[in-house]
Amino acid sequence: MTTATIAVEPTDVAGRPGPAATARQILSMAWRQMVRIKHNPFELVDLSLSPVMFLLLFVYVFGGQMAGSTDVYLQYVLGGLIAQNAIFLTMYTGTGINADLRKGVYDRFRSLPIARSAPLAGKIFADMFKQVWSIAIMLGLGVLMGFELRSVVGALAAAVVLVVFALAMSWFSVLAGVLADSEEKVQIYAFVLIMPLTFTSDAFVRIETLPGPLEAWAEVNPVSHLARSMRGLLSEGPVAEPLMWTTVWAAAIFLVTAPLAMRAYKRKMI
Amino acid sequence: MSQLNAIETEGLTKRFGDLVAVDDIDLTAREGTVLGVLGPNGAGKTTMVRMLATLSEPTAGTGRVGGFDIVRDAARVRSLIGLTGQFAGVDELLTGEENLLFIGRLLGVSRRQSRERARELLAQFNLSDAADKAVKAYSGGMRRRLDLAASLVGRPRILFLDEPTTGLDPRARGELWDMVRGLVNDGTTVLLTTQYLEEADQLADDIVVIDHGKVIATGTPRQLKAKIGGQTLRMQPDDPDAVGQVRSLVAEGFPELDPVVENGTVTVGVNDDTVMPALASMLRTRGIPLSEFHLGLSSLDEVFLTLTGRRAEPEEPEAADATEEER
Repeated sequence: MTTATIAVEPTDVAGRPGPAATARQILSMAWRQMVRIKHNPFELVDLSLSPVMFLLLFVYVFGGQMAGSTDVYLQYVLGGLIAQNAIFLTMYTGTGINADLRKGVYDRFRSLPIARSAPLAGKIFADMFKQVWSIAIMLGLGVLMGFELRSVVGALAAAVVLVVFALAMSWFSVLAGVLADSEEKVQIYAFVLIMPLTFTSDAFVRIETLPGPLEAWAEVNPVSHLARSMRGLLSEGPVAEPLMWTTVWAAAIFLVTAPLAMRAYKRKMI
Repeated sequence: MSQLNAIETEGLTKRFGDLVAVDDIDLTAREGTVLGVLGPNGAGKTTMVRMLATLSEPTAGTGRVGGFDIVRDAARVRSLIGLTGQFAGVDELLTGEENLLFIGRLLGVSRRQSRERARELLAQFNLSDAADKAVKAYSGGMRRRLDLAASLVGRPRILFLDEPTTGLDPRARGELWDMVRGLVNDGTTVLLTTQYLEEADQLADDIVVIDHGKVIATGTPRQLKAKIGGQTLRMQPDDPDAVGQVRSLVAEGFPELDPVVENGTVTVGVNDDTVMPALASMLRTRGIPLSEFHLGLSSLDEVFLTLTGRRAEPEEPEAADATEEER
């Protein structure tokens, strides 16, 4: 008996998808995430609740003590809170990927003739919508509370900066999401890193008041630069220097964590 | 005679450290047929399917799917195949229709055509009524059917079904079998892994029995049954302690036979019509009363018992499932 494999017309089997197809696949992946929100609107409530709470508590509980008046503290802290919230939000990328990996959804994706990067990239892309949503909620509430927004252009620029930084941080979250064996562990990893990272910055306090070594760290902490960028773009303060350092940090975080995350992802798939 | 092979492997091997999950497997699936890969949990079935579906790379050996190498031409292989895994790869928050629509869009099909294809598949799998319900409200059987439908959106010519009916009740299992038969009638090649012997018997044209990552038998269901004797003689003594006596009696009288003792019953494959009456008289002479003395056609379960010395049906499928999944 001789055997032969099926003769296949070269036209009906596709090779690796090109950039245009990849971009379209990323959009389809993002569409899935949007439909998930449509079916589970509570996710948006969840996303809105914590920034609202933080903003109200920080301003009205700490404001008087921190800056002599809640109004003065609001002008200072809003940028910091927006920065902190954005960094916390990136955690959801990791928990979502972790759940999909465990439930076999990624096995289905990987058996389809689509770009291998599309599932991860689509998830990160969709999560940027959550970032924009949160900054809008915080800014809106902040203005109601008396925040003096410099300009709408400034607000839009702040959103762009925030998204760029969040994109980089998302890769750290992906790394945690791929490595952890449960969603809870992703949350713990993220919490243990993000909580101290955001508090040892000038997001909430003037760093001159910190003890020496902590002040030195807070001076280089990426959250400080991001918070200053927000402050500069939304109300007043320097813009150029914090923006530059924010960009440098975003690039550095991306360059370190993205390849590690992709490597862990590929290894997980063996 | 010339034959077309949709799937073929040579020396396919996968090692995880010291563990050899898939050990030097050669198999072929002819185009338009169902190849049943039968084995207990942890036999390496899932690992093998993952390699053939390009989810993981073999440590050694080669595999060709639709004529394409599973490593070098992985992207082309993916455009020919569909995969339904043990764990439903559908999104619970989305509706049934949205899940199918999503796959269609992902494959680059237009919105209108994706919707048409989704509706067509939902109808084919009796899910039209549940099209707009979120998948989390689906029963286990509905979920499996949707998962199967999702693997068919791109009209694959070769379909991998990894334990498609594990955990389903008999009715849902029967429905899924009918659907698989329908696909094969339309020319799809199916590689089906299962730990249910009845399932392989019902669906497969050819069967590969694997255990501990190795092929231990191949053939059509009929050939496999013939291999251990076309018929199976079961003897259960009244006194459970007498099984040893019954076994040695069979071994003395018919040294060419290979009796297996399990659960107070001695089972032996026989081809010769004279064995049963001869044994009956020997047992009577020794004064061993039997509560069961039955000659029947061998089931695949007995094939497995003869080949490996143990039943294929797992004691605790859930726990064993988890071990295989973790690889």
